[in-house]
Amino acid sequence: MDLKGYFGRFGGRFVPETLIPALEELEEAFYEAINDEAFMAQYRYLLKDYSGRPTSLYFADRLSKHLSDIKLYLKREDLNHTGAHKINNVLGQILLALRMNKKRIIAETGAGQHGLATATAAAKFGLECHIYMGLEDMHRQALNVYKMRTLGAEVIPVTSGTMTLKDATNEAIRDWVTNVSTTHYVIGSVVGPHPYPMMVREFQRVIGDETKEQILQKEGRLPDLLVACVGGGSNSMGMFYPFVNDKDVKMVGVEAAGYGIETGQHAAALTGGSVGVLHGSRSYILQDENGQIVPAVSISAGLDYPGVGPEHSFYHETGRVHYTHATDDEAIEAFKLLCETEGIIPALESAHALAFLVREHKNIEPGTLAVLCLSGRGDKDMEAIKGKLFEEEM
Amino acid sequence: MRTLSEAFDAGKILIPYIAAGDPDLDTTAEIIGELDKLGVGIIEVGMPFSDPLADGPIIQAASQRALAGGTNISRIFEMLEELRDVKTPIVLMGYFNPIMKYGEKSFIEDALSCGVSGVLIPDLPFDEGKEFYDICSEKGLCPIYMVTPNTKEERLSQIERKARGFLYCVSLLGITGDKRGPIEGIKSYMERVRSHVSVPLALGFGIDSPDKIRAVKPYVDGIVIGSAIVNIISEKADMGRKAIVNEVSVFTSALIDALRTALQP
Ligand SMILES: Cc1ncc(COP(=O)(O)O)c(C=O)c1O
Repeated sequence: MDLKGYFGRFGGRFVPETLIPALEELEEAFYEAINDEAFMAQYRYLLKDYSGRPTSLYFADRLSKHLSDIKLYLKREDLNHTGAHKINNVLGQILLALRMNKKRIIAETGAGQHGLATATAAAKFGLECHIYMGLEDMHRQALNVYKMRTLGAEVIPVTSGTMTLKDATNEAIRDWVTNVSTTHYVIGSVVGPHPYPMMVREFQRVIGDETKEQILQKEGRLPDLLVACVGGGSNSMGMFYPFVNDKDVKMVGVEAAGYGIETGQHAAALTGGSVGVLHGSRSYILQDENGQIVPAVSISAGLDYPGVGPEHSFYHETGRVHYTHATDDEAIEAFKLLCETEGIIPALESAHALAFLVREHKNIEPGTLAVLCLSGRGDKDMEAIKGKLFEEEM
Repeated sequence: MRTLSEAFDAGKILIPYIAAGDPDLDTTAEIIGELDKLGVGIIEVGMPFSDPLADGPIIQAASQRALAGGTNISRIFEMLEELRDVKTPIVLMGYFNPIMKYGEKSFIEDALSCGVSGVLIPDLPFDEGKEFYDICSEKGLCPIYMVTPNTKEERLSQIERKARGFLYCVSLLGITGDKRGPIEGIKSYMERVRSHVSVPLALGFGIDSPDKIRAVKPYVDGIVIGSAIVNIISEKADMGRKAIVNEVSVFTSALIDALRTALQP
């Protein structure tokens, strides 16, 4: 990354002038903080004793047998407090907000996992918290709405546009423009204007750092393959980044293909989109021939976003990471398989990552040492999945 | 067509903003013609974007209506092409993605060839858009930069070096249509900006009435009125083109009066 926040030709700061001072302040505070041993000690303490890290790296032996004997480990981010990797980033950013003396916290959320993590950390530190959520997502992820409200956050329904994550992000940015002097905006993925993509990556890299240590301990070598789902791209970037210079480690990022890329109804910005500017950075996005943003479509609210982090766009073009996609139906099938073989109910987002292995395992050599980032647990998706799994009975 | 700097020669000017294509481009063209006759200083023509993150609900809704009616950059250029006898300079305002998609160089060339004087892109700060804006300046399309009450001194002087035509001063920390605008310390804000900047200063965001115009006019060279006009257009949308143009005309005349009448002691 260069000084202006570019990864190759991706990234930057495409925001209203009002936000420039806030982004500069944030960037400076971030660099100071990560070089401040006291800050990092508090961050690590919270990750450990509050969120329960390190999360386990679990050998999924029964699932492995179903996948042509790929040796598959699951990085259990679902075991974090609040049930997903999102809390890693939120804890870092909330500590930063405190450091910058910002007492009002806002966030956007799609699946509700990032909103939930933000509401949780805001409660823990006694900060005022407002979460923007598309009305459509509030229906899909009602449990998380209820949890956020229980934690004292105000959940603000967003009724503009497609009423999903994209629109919630617009509203959060508008709020930030309006309340910029008192407010920190906790962005939930490696998207947005510089320094967010880099900062969120640094707060998520604990996933990959731990994985490296754990796999070396268990297997005495680095994995051959890493797999993670890509919405905005934070769990995947957290997993991939510490391995980027390990040339023999292959990486696969799985986007949501919704009803299928060919239908145009999907959320695959990298594999089905083109380069543009959305929410503050230049990256791959879903857009029409006039440069208007095309709504994303996915069964998974957390992947239902028409953009992707700029660093992913960079790895896509350099070829360092291979990006592919999985449809709603493939994700549901993978979801079932993980439940039935390992007794683990995954988030629908994470099920997309597994769907890649379910589809492609025959083309992967047996014995391949693979790690899949299980980014979250599936409690929040039980309502959405109910109609899909037991259609006949219900 | 007058140039932007000629527009300011006439004294303090009104700069109405309208959302192109709301409710349709023919109406937009008629409104532009009417505003020209009324003697506004500059006309800002908004190009719709699906995700206008610096805009409040009124302009968001107008953009949605314009997009639903099939408005795009090419059609806006076609409309402007027909307005050759309009004397008031036109500034296009829009978000960067549609411009990128259209092609940055073609956008600049086509805008110039249909007589556009300047371009204002709220999500492309001067340094982020350096390459694009430099080409604009070189070809004679004025890049209109925005400054806000929290813009730092150092940045103000960097912007000054690049500014052409006029500088757009956002009246508050907020989005378009924010009723709180302008901020209380407007006098010292404008003085601070002026100490760095030699181009004319236009103030916009949240200015929606003759009263607000009277309050801020001592400190500015131009006043942008956006949401208030867009709101009238949307409220009269069902009554037909004539009624829309008429309402806009009546409202704009009152604004011009407020701007031109002598200051109360
Ligand atoms: C469990 C889970 N995984 C993945 C994602 C997708 O986000 P990202 O690509 O930033 O990891 C989400 C987003 O809400 C999520 O809740």
